[in-house]
Amino acid sequence: MTVKTILCPTGHLSFTPLEKDSFLHGCTLRPDYVIADAGSCDMGPRPLGADQHVSLEAWQRQDLEVMLVESRRLGAPMVIGSASDTGTDRGVDQFVRLIREISAQHRLAPFRLAAIYSEQSIDSLRQRLRAGARIEGLDGRPDADQGVLERTTRAVAVMNAEPIRAALRAGADVVIAGRSSDCAIFAAPLLEAGFSPAVSYYTGKLMECASFCAEPYMGKESILGRIAGETVEVTAMHPGQRCTPASLASHSMYERTNPFREYVAGGYVDMTNCRYEQVAEKTTRASGQTFVPSPTCKVKLEGAGLVGQRRLAVVGIRDPHTIALIDKAIEWARGKLVERFGPSGSNYQVFYHLYGRNAVMKDLDAKPELAPHELGIVIETVHRDGRMAEEICALATRNLFYARLPETKGTAGAAALMSDEILVGEPGYEWTLNHTIEVRDPMELFRTRLFNVAAGRIEEAA
Amino acid sequence: MTRLRELASTIRSKNAGVDHVTFDVIFRDRANFERVRDSGALARDRVATLFGVSEERISHHTVFEPANAIKFTIRRLRPSGTPGETDVFGSQQYAPLFDVMVP
Repeated sequence: MTVKTILCPTGHLSFTPLEKDSFLHGCTLRPDYVIADAGSCDMGPRPLGADQHVSLEAWQRQDLEVMLVESRRLGAPMVIGSASDTGTDRGVDQFVRLIREISAQHRLAPFRLAAIYSEQSIDSLRQRLRAGARIEGLDGRPDADQGVLERTTRAVAVMNAEPIRAALRAGADVVIAGRSSDCAIFAAPLLEAGFSPAVSYYTGKLMECASFCAEPYMGKESILGRIAGETVEVTAMHPGQRCTPASLASHSMYERTNPFREYVAGGYVDMTNCRYEQVAEKTTRASGQTFVPSPTCKVKLEGAGLVGQRRLAVVGIRDPHTIALIDKAIEWARGKLVERFGPSGSNYQVFYHLYGRNAVMKDLDAKPELAPHELGIVIETVHRDGRMAEEICALATRNLFYARLPETKGTAGAAALMSDEILVGEPGYEWTLNHTIEVRDPMELFRTRLFNVAAGRIEEAA
Repeated sequence: MTRLRELASTIRSKNAGVDHVTFDVIFRDRANFERVRDSGALARDRVATLFGVSEERISHHTVFEPANAIKFTIRRLRPSGTPGETDVFGSQQYAPLFDVMVP
């Protein structure tokens, strides 16, 4: 029976730096593969839309360094998914550069590197749509039309295991993948080693967030997966953590709507009959998964579009009378905006976030606090033009200060300005694409380049 | 009657994709899990009332026996991280669950 082991040090490379001790301990157990995901859509649409990483490059370099040096020393293939938070071409190129620089710094023996690109030009999506492709909405979204693509600034396709398998088959020692399914980066080498899709993808689901599947709660600590036949045994590498049936089962339902199914491009893992058994102090064995293939291959598309420039201001209110009448005060301020800029909506947006009342939960707060001791208000405005967003924000804020309220005793200002300034926010983006597109070949949206890396030099492989 | 926070070991919320927030209530103790499950205190209609949403905004509601857990998912009015949104990870939406009274 084939047995393989995978070491995973982090659920999101460099979101904060990984913890070295448990990773180095895991390396003493000589894993067959070292694998980590480096991106997510959790941070909202801006990183993708603006094509920026949110992890600091110093942390990215540090995490890639420890993983690369150890995996090369062990001769274990290393797979990184969703490079540099977004998985865009920029992210892949940045990680390739970091790998080259680290290899030079450590004088690593020659190795082969695969870079897999998953960014999709909006034009190519337009053409597919014109050619009759369906871009099918997920999570209750309508299908995408040309109008949705028009609003999309940048898009990526989420790769499944196939492009990564092909790279490993071509002899890649290190794979830097663009946007990829968390499961796929773990499944790829297992499928390549002959394991079933069921256990391969299920391993990915269990391991993708590293120490989040262990207890007590700790981030950025390593876990080791041992895959044998149709079972996965997961062991916590931190001395204070354990993988238990409860921790593994509760992780299997994390961040998903349906705890019984994990969808990938070619089907789904059915976890309905999964069993979890404690087999050692820090190790739990999982089994019972099945894989249900789908008749067609649908690849997920993620896209973000620019909404406008953002400006922010912060004010506080302490007068209980003003707090009680805050809705009226905001109504007054909004009225002044309408006088000057017309109704909000298509040309500008203004939000009053009432911290102390319901800013965190908004519409999901059935019992907002109506009489807080203090009220903190963040005023957020959006306009396609930054100077207009600033003017609207200034007026939205100062008219709260000048709000005309009945019977007020404080006649020298209805709000405390934290500082009389308008803060420049990052541009606002929205998720325009949360869709799938049907493809004939699971490789067709992805482009792979193979490089030989030697003495800090990188050359495209022949 | 007991408050849910005294019975559950984990009460959390998190994005499930960009259009939904999912809620997990997990019990270390099987008897507590069964008590809450059988009481109906976290039934779909009760959860809808608790969060002030229509039942159709609760896209999924399930009992997940392997983890001694009850799980439900609420559709966001606007996708995570859109201007005007204030919880990009969806990680602070669970607080009203603490004080659910369980018979």
